[in-house]
Amino acid sequence: MKVKVIVTLKSGVLDPQGKAIQQTLNGMGFANVKDVRQGKYFDINIDGSDEQKAKQSAEEICKKLLANQVIEDFKII
Amino acid sequence: MNSSVIIFPGSNCDRDMDVALKKFGFKNKMVWHDDDELPNSELIVLPGGFSYGDYLRCGSIAGKSKIIQSVIDFANSGGLVLGICNGFQILTETGLLKGVLQQNKNIEFICKNIFVKVNNSENKFFENIDKDVLELHIAHNEGNYFCTEDELKSLEDNNQIAAYYCNSDGKIDEKSNPNGAIKNIAGIFNEKKNILGMMPHPERMIDQSLSGEDGSIFFENLLKNLK
Repeated sequence: MKVKVIVTLKSGVLDPQGKAIQQTLNGMGFANVKDVRQGKYFDINIDGSDEQKAKQSAEEICKKLLANQVIEDFKII
Repeated sequence: MNSSVIIFPGSNCDRDMDVALKKFGFKNKMVWHDDDELPNSELIVLPGGFSYGDYLRCGSIAGKSKIIQSVIDFANSGGLVLGICNGFQILTETGLLKGVLQQNKNIEFICKNIFVKVNNSENKFFENIDKDVLELHIAHNEGNYFCTEDELKSLEDNNQIAAYYCNSDGKIDEKSNPNGAIKNIAGIFNEKKNILGMMPHPERMIDQSLSGEDGSIFFENLLKNLK
């Protein structure tokens, strides 16, 4: 069972890499880019075929390791 | 006085710390991260470096290693724990210290001497120290301390801010903030002040040939406070 997880910085938390990407894009001529926020994406293969259970595991995995909830949010998709 | 330095894969200031501790009279042991038990110690040090290559988030993988539960138990029972640089990052990842160390505001690895004003009241690490402005060394990519407003308020209310970046006269200002850390915070304590995490490296300033000796003042004073 494959679970996909996206971890992003919470809004309001400084993202210097995102800012640098945005400025570079502006410099490249993409003047319409107003903001970029960088995040992380995880493909997790969980044993078993029960989607509900796999998503529960994924949620625990996110809370315990993949996301630092002081500054990050996670989404299981 | 017994101390232990924990080595993680990718630690690189473990031996510097060992040399520093021994120089000032600690009987130090090195402990591998995969061990279960800590040797009998009055001080546990999590050294600087790049544990697990800084994968995922700095300190996050080391924060789940086998020895960490013993470190958490030791800390919760009042034992003295010192985390320097990556050690500070590991302490925040374990939850022993509040907040998080984010990437430096200018997206640059910073390696230079800086000054910090240390908090010398009611803690074993800095009380009775001869100088409260120390010249120490920093070398990090993720030293930009961040916490929520509520956490910051409780850190300030409980006198838990251990060190602020400042100028050579001890003035805490924006110009002296190397990495964008909230309120110029270079180090913090836990509530009971038996755990100190800080970005600057005192172990790199223990000999004149290492550009300064303010680290010596820190270690000498720490040992005196523990006796």
